[in-house]
Amino acid sequence: MSVSQSDVKYIAGLAKLKFEDSEIDSLTEQLNSILFYIDKLNQLDTSDVEPLSYPVEIELNMRDDILKASVSRKEALSNAPDSNDEYFKVPKVIG
Amino acid sequence: MNQKYEAVIGLEVHAQLSTITKLFCGCSTSFDAQPNTNVCPICLGHPGVLPVLNKKVVEFAIKLGTALNCGVNHKSIFARKNYFYPDLPKGFQTSQYELPICGYGFMILKDDGEVEKKIGITRIHMEEDAGKSIHDQSGFTFIDVNRCGVPLLEIVSEPDLRSASDAAVYLIKLRQIVQYLDICDGNMEEGSFRCDANVSVRLKGEEKLGTKTEIKNMNSFRNVEKAINFEIERQIEILEDGGLITQQTLLWNADKNEAAPMRSKEEAHDYRYFPEPDLMPVVINKNWEAEIRKLLPELPEAKRERFIKQYNLPLYDADILTQSKAISEYFENTIQFTFDYKLVSNWIMGDVLKILNERKISISDFSIGPQSLGNLLELISTGQISGKIAKDVFMEMLLTKKEAEVIVKEKNLLQISDVTKLENIITDILQRNNSQVKQYLNGEDKVVGFFVGQIMKETKGKANPKTVNELLKQKLNSKRPN
Repeated sequence: MSVSQSDVKYIAGLAKLKFEDSEIDSLTEQLNSILFYIDKLNQLDTSDVEPLSYPVEIELNMRDDILKASVSRKEALSNAPDSNDEYFKVPKVIG
Repeated sequence: MNQKYEAVIGLEVHAQLSTITKLFCGCSTSFDAQPNTNVCPICLGHPGVLPVLNKKVVEFAIKLGTALNCGVNHKSIFARKNYFYPDLPKGFQTSQYELPICGYGFMILKDDGEVEKKIGITRIHMEEDAGKSIHDQSGFTFIDVNRCGVPLLEIVSEPDLRSASDAAVYLIKLRQIVQYLDICDGNMEEGSFRCDANVSVRLKGEEKLGTKTEIKNMNSFRNVEKAINFEIERQIEILEDGGLITQQTLLWNADKNEAAPMRSKEEAHDYRYFPEPDLMPVVINKNWEAEIRKLLPELPEAKRERFIKQYNLPLYDADILTQSKAISEYFENTIQFTFDYKLVSNWIMGDVLKILNERKISISDFSIGPQSLGNLLELISTGQISGKIAKDVFMEMLLTKKEAEVIVKEKNLLQISDVTKLENIITDILQRNNSQVKQYLNGEDKVVGFFVGQIMKETKGKANPKTVNELLKQKLNSKRPN
């Protein structure tokens, strides 16, 4: 499997990343060399092997449904590029 | 609808869970809090934080799965659904994709022709809600992150529904179940119970599915039905004109009664799901599952059957009384104070529900509690007041919040069942209305109503109707020449 330059542009778009055309060239090359390696792995017959989502075998720890103190609104808003007293402010999403 | 076609509908329902805290952090889920006050680094999506799953959500999922005859997956995994939108600070929604918590199940429902249908449930999975965006005229969008991370269960049905009314019945039943399980308040208007519909049409007898569209933004049962009917008609019209259906997402506009395509930019969906590396697989051991199954409350259908058997109620009554868990509990609490089950049922179905509908309130906000209603109805059962007077007392109770006994006493409303007293009144009235007596004797039975009216007027409605009827007939007939 390999990707074309337009695939790379599409994926970059989904990730909201912008690249120069020259960068797209080298990214396509790099991605393809990774995919070449994956193709190598794909040569193994894994039809009897369960997909491995997690490399370690630990179960999930859960917590009880108990309220914990939240941070203050002032703190919450303090890291935002823009806010008013109550809300995060972002460029208008829809008209 | 054009009879050549049939509709194929599947529903995706999001039930917002009534846990105290969010899915992955200890922030409150309360929805009336000030904006951006129920937030912490986890639900704000700060880097380096680790989510910890709320055990209650798993419990709720198992409960719902059991109620919908689903298999519970003893190992399920969370996945990241990647997309950018300002109300999703992390840039991905933590959801489940390949291995959801509950697999295939089903619901049995009756369509409007009372025919039983089996509607498949494809899956139920756990996921987190997004925040809220507020748009105004200022050129900015304002984000409230409070709802971010509030737990949802998404219930996906198979495309087994064949009409908008089927879809509404399914939805009503599903809401009834989540309310009985006490896992979601089921409020469609406030958005804690949301529904998207996938709709396609095909010629009857055709096996292949037509191209489907998805409709969103229907915030009431009525709108779901209207929107689906609109979309079915729209698709048939296109096909009849020789056109093709475009696969797209439509937004229902309740004011205009039409669905319009969502802007394609909002639709560009390529979610690139992958297993969430910050959460290990959810493993449910059999003992825990068995424990949760044991805690399952009585479900609507079982309760309805019990009401028929235990209280000897007609199916119609049992159906209405068990539609909401709160109403069914109100009924069962009321009959602790009076024994005429059918009388209680009539009053709840009639007078009580009428007030709730008029005032658009729920039974928990109804000012006459089960004991007060029970005591009022007991006054009818024991013949102390008539059913008609009871209606006035009921309205007075609503108005003054006084108990029935107090009102009856204050207004001197006790029923007159004293035979001698009633006989005197009747004799008097018959004397004053000689011509009507003659009419009766000539076979005009309907003047009986006139006399009853006069007697009620004389006693201000307090005469015991049964005694009046008996005495009146007796008196009138005694006037017949032998």
